[in-house]
Formats: sequence, structure tokens, C-alpha cells
Amino acid sequence: MTVHVAWDESLARELIDERTGLEGAMLPILHALQERFGYVDSRAVAIVAQALNVSRAEVFGTISFYHDFKRQPPMGGTIKLCRAEACQARGAEDLVEHLEHEHGVEIDGGYQNGVKVETAYCLGNCALGPNALHDGEIYGKLDPQSLDELFALVARKAGARQ
Amino acid sequence: MTTRIYVPRDAAALSVGANAVAESFRREAEARGLSVEIVRNGSRGMFWLEPLVEVETAQGRVGYGPVAARDVPALLDAGMLEGGAHALSLGVIEQLDWMKRQQRLTFARIGVIDPLSLSDYCARDGLKGLKKALTLTREDVVDQVLKSGLRGRGGAGFPAGIKWKTVQGATADRKYVVCNADEGDSGTFADRMVFEGDPFMLIEGMAIAAYAVGATKGFIYLRSEYPHAADVMGQAIRLAEQAGFIGPDAFGRGKAFDLELRIGAGAYICGEETSLLESLEGKRALVRAKPPLPALSGLFGKPTLINNVLTLAAIPYILAEGAQAYADYGMGRSRGTLPVQLGGNVAHGGLIELAFGISLREVIEGFGGGTASGRPIRAVQVGGPLGAYLTERELDLPMDYETLAANHAMLGHGGIVVFDDSVDMAKMARFAFHFCAKESCGKCTPCRIGAVRGEETIDKIIAGRNVEANLALVRDLCDVMTAGSLCAHGGLTPMPVMSAIERFPEDFVPAERKTAAE
Repeated sequence: MTVHVAWDESLARELIDERTGLEGAMLPILHALQERFGYVDSRAVAIVAQALNVSRAEVFGTISFYHDFKRQPPMGGTIKLCRAEACQARGAEDLVEHLEHEHGVEIDGGYQNGVKVETAYCLGNCALGPNALHDGEIYGKLDPQSLDELFALVARKAGARQ
Repeated sequence: MTTRIYVPRDAAALSVGANAVAESFRREAEARGLSVEIVRNGSRGMFWLEPLVEVETAQGRVGYGPVAARDVPALLDAGMLEGGAHALSLGVIEQLDWMKRQQRLTFARIGVIDPLSLSDYCARDGLKGLKKALTLTREDVVDQVLKSGLRGRGGAGFPAGIKWKTVQGATADRKYVVCNADEGDSGTFADRMVFEGDPFMLIEGMAIAAYAVGATKGFIYLRSEYPHAADVMGQAIRLAEQAGFIGPDAFGRGKAFDLELRIGAGAYICGEETSLLESLEGKRALVRAKPPLPALSGLFGKPTLINNVLTLAAIPYILAEGAQAYADYGMGRSRGTLPVQLGGNVAHGGLIELAFGISLREVIEGFGGGTASGRPIRAVQVGGPLGAYLTERELDLPMDYETLAANHAMLGHGGIVVFDDSVDMAKMARFAFHFCAKESCGKCTPCRIGAVRGEETIDKIIAGRNVEANLALVRDLCDVMTAGSLCAHGGLTPMPVMSAIERFPEDFVPAERKTAAE
């Protein structure tokens, strides 16, 4: 299970310094920060800019371009639910409706019971959809029941962390 | 005697509980004092049978599937270690019709070997292509690729040999080889299966490419939605370095080829090659105008060979067996084999590697067994989210680049998504615009604004407002996007939209439908 730590400037500098020698170090740095802290803190922008000799605007621009990089600390767990064509053909949109009605979850909205559900476009398991990704694990052949189980698991983990 | 049991580690198998099955075998075998070795192989590509467990027996590898963890005691009771009969028994895997009817060149080892065993890899022709390449001149290697007729498998179908020749002919102090593994198209998973089932094949293909074009550094750009693929490839690169077929002396003393795995950050546009290069450089992934071609001025402004996973994965075979052996497969100008990915609402979905030229119907009905829901097929999308929707009547079209293009469709990365008769094509057209808007890099106006306006206009059509006028507007907008977008993202979004409108017009007359329903 992924464990994040609170923002720590010296730790951030360490993560950044370890990677400044890479060619095109920006994405590896941002990934490392997000992996450790769960998001990319705004205080990291100036440090990265200085380390890579680019403007803060360029760092911020990169962070904001990619769906994966978050600018707020996570307040629970995330389920990435695939809503691309192949999963739609297997009923993904029915699951979206189920989440809205049964759990009051708005996709790509906020947290509900410590769980956030985000749209993903394709997890590469298109013959066994609908699919979801959580904490590096893939869940296939989802139906309302198995999605409820996944939702409960993520909610439990989020509760345990607090 | 130790018996080998294969439990796939492919994400498709993991998604339906393969880890629990492997763990159950380990525990049961221990409790019964059985001597077994559990190998975590890739997938054979028969996803409806996953987790598909195989046992090595005297008659061959006998398969059982789909196996759940709770089935394990009964399977062992039935004597599965000797290939015993059980309701889940499939017989010898190589003898199954689904496997026998394929021409597996790129996927020959996938699902068969332990993906992280170099000795398994080498025992089945691994590194044969690289060793052969290193005995040839760089010009001769490129010549082999040219003669094989291999075309870029990412979607555009550009002749690979010509790209290689361009990079080879460029002079620079440094060149790069980049593997595009940003497999974002819905309905595609062949790249992922290569990573999880035979990573050394891709590394070998990249090493051959680097040798041929004179590159010293390679990058693999893998999408972040594939954590299992990243894990296997990361380990494979380390093993390849230890074995010395990449690293400081890859092509002889002091002739280096270093390889690095980079992970994307959830942007579909990075599958577009120039956008991918921007991302590797650490920037917002805005598409670049071409020219200059990446082959001459690519990553960090240096000559860069950028190819899709399946293109590079085909290279070891071509070098090992010769260009002609590869070119003997296929039809017309589409030579070799295509790993077809069959998904969506289909009974038997998975990976089917075939020579170009087989009909869509043969794939969807012959291999796929029709829809999973049992309802009639209504629409089939070929070539990913930017590919056309075809009707059931068009399924006799053969799969090759030219035939599909002549029919206002495209082969793309070889993905086929099947829909049954419950699909609403106006919704699918709306989704194509929605997806385009969400994933647009925002650099060019036709794509950035057009996609948003397109979605709004389809909404009006769905609501039954000025349907004729709004359909005319969508047509006009699609013309502008096709002709005026900087890259294929905006340029091809009209393909699913217009194919839905033209081939399924009955779904775009909602005024009547709405009144009828009320």
C-alpha cells in the first residue's frame, strides 16, 4: 500500500537532487515528489525551477498539463474507473450511474467516504472490462457488486489512515 | 520430480485474480507435499479464459481456465499435475483452434516463457536477431528492415525502413532511439502484453535499431496506466544490463547503448510522437509542427528514431529469420503480421496475431464468437478512439492499411471494439468530441475549440434542436478539424464522428425519437 509523508523541504530537495543529472529530469522529479508526498506541493515549484535552471512558470505549466499530477494532498484513496469505448461497450456507464445513485459519488468530483473516483481512458484490459485501477492493482469484469466491494476496501483503507 | 505450473502475471489475468490463484497453488502444494515450481508467464491472449493455468506434462502444456483460487484443491485432486481431466480442462494449449489458426511471430514467446528469464528467452531464438545484426554493416541492417516491408505499427503505417534510413543518414554528435509505449487507444493492449510477456524482445529490437542508426541512448516512454508493465520492464532492463547486451559495451568495447524507462503522466496526446518528445524533455506535451522531422531534429534537437512498441518488437524476428521470411506474410503493401486486439462487447476477446488481409468478420465471429451479451453486433470501432465506426454489413472488409483507408476507416494500432445493438451512436459521436476536448494539447485552434463546439452541437442534436442545421454545422466543423489540425488528434476525431453520422443516421433523428418516447 502506498504511504505518503507530509511535505518536508529537505526531503524534497533530496529527491530532486538525486535526479537533476537525468536528461529531461522534470517528469522523473515530479513523479518522485508525487510518489512520496501524494501530490506536488506548490513550494516545490521554485526548488525544481532552480535545480533545472528553468522558470517557475515552466515547472508550473508542466505540472498543470498532466492529469496525473495533483496539486493538493490526497484526502483518501482514488479509484480510476475506465470510461473509454471498450469499457463503455461492456457497461462502464452503468457503473458510473450506480456510483452516483448508490454512493453519491460524482466522477472526477470530490471525496466521498474518503474515496475519489476519477475517469481513466483505457487500462489496456479491453476484453475483460469494465476495469478500474487502485493503488497499482487492476480490477476487471466489474459489476455493481464487485465495484461496491472495491469502494468499501478503499474507504476502509482511507479510514484506517486517519 | 518438480512439476512446472504457469500462472500468468499479465495484467488481464491479474485483473481477475491470478495472484490469488498462484498463492493458492503455492499453499496447496506445500500442504500436500507436492514439488511444484510456479512460473509467472505472460498471457496467451485468450482473456476470457484468464486466469489460464498451464501444467507442463509429457503430452505438452495442458491448460485449465478460467481458474479461481477456490478451484485449486479440486484441480489437484483431479490430477492436474499429470494433465488430468476436470471441467476446466482445455487440453493441450498449442492444439487449441484459437492458437493454431494464428501466425505468431511477435507473440511467439508471449505466454510461453518466463518473461524475466534470459535463459528461457535465448532458448527460444532470443538475441538471435541482435547477434545477426552485429555481424552486418549498419546499412545492411536498415536494408533488411526496408526489404521486410515493415510499416509503423503505431497507426500511421509509415515504412519503418525509410525512417531508419533517414536517422542513419543524419550526422550529429548524439542520436536517440525512442520507443513509443504510450498505448492510449481504447481497445488496444498488445504493447502492454509485450512488456509483461516478453520484455527482452523489445529491448533487443531497440538495441538493433540503435546499432543501425548509430544511437547511443534509448528511451522507452511508457504510460502511467500500466504499472505492471513498468515493473516487468524495469527488471528486464537491469537484467539486460547485467548480461551486457545493453550498457557501456553493448556493441563491442566502448560502443555504448544505454536504455532508460520513463513513465508518462496521464496524457493521451503523448502517443503523438512529437508531443512524446516534448514530454521526455520535461515540458508540457504540446505537439510540434513538422518539419523538422524527429528523424533529423527530435529529442533535444538531435536525430531521433521513434517507433511504436510493435514495430520495434518485430525487428528481432526480421533480423533473425531474414526480411523475406517476414515479407512472405500479408497482402498488398501491408506486409508481415498484425497483432489484432479484440475487445469490447465480445465473447472471446484477446490477442490474435495474423497476417494482414483477414476479414474483420473472421476475427470478430470466427475468433471472437460474437458479442458477450449474446445480442446482435451493431457497430465495430476499428483503430482506437480516432478510428471509424463500421456497421455489421461492412465486416467482410479485409484488414490492411489501404483497404480500410479506401473505406473511410483506418487500421490504427490494430484494436477492434465491438458494440451490440444497445449502443447509441449519437452518444458515441458525442464521446469522440468529449475525449478530443479533454485530451487536446491545446496548441491548435481547430482541435482545442472545435472539439468543445462539436460536443455542444451534438448535445443540441441529441436534444432535438434544429437537427438538420446542427448536423450541417458538425459536418462543416469536421472538415475544418480534418484539414486544419496540427496533428492526428484533432485531425482524426472527425473519423468516429462522421462515421457514426453517416453509417448510423437513424441515431441522429432524435426529434421523432424523443416524441415517440414521451
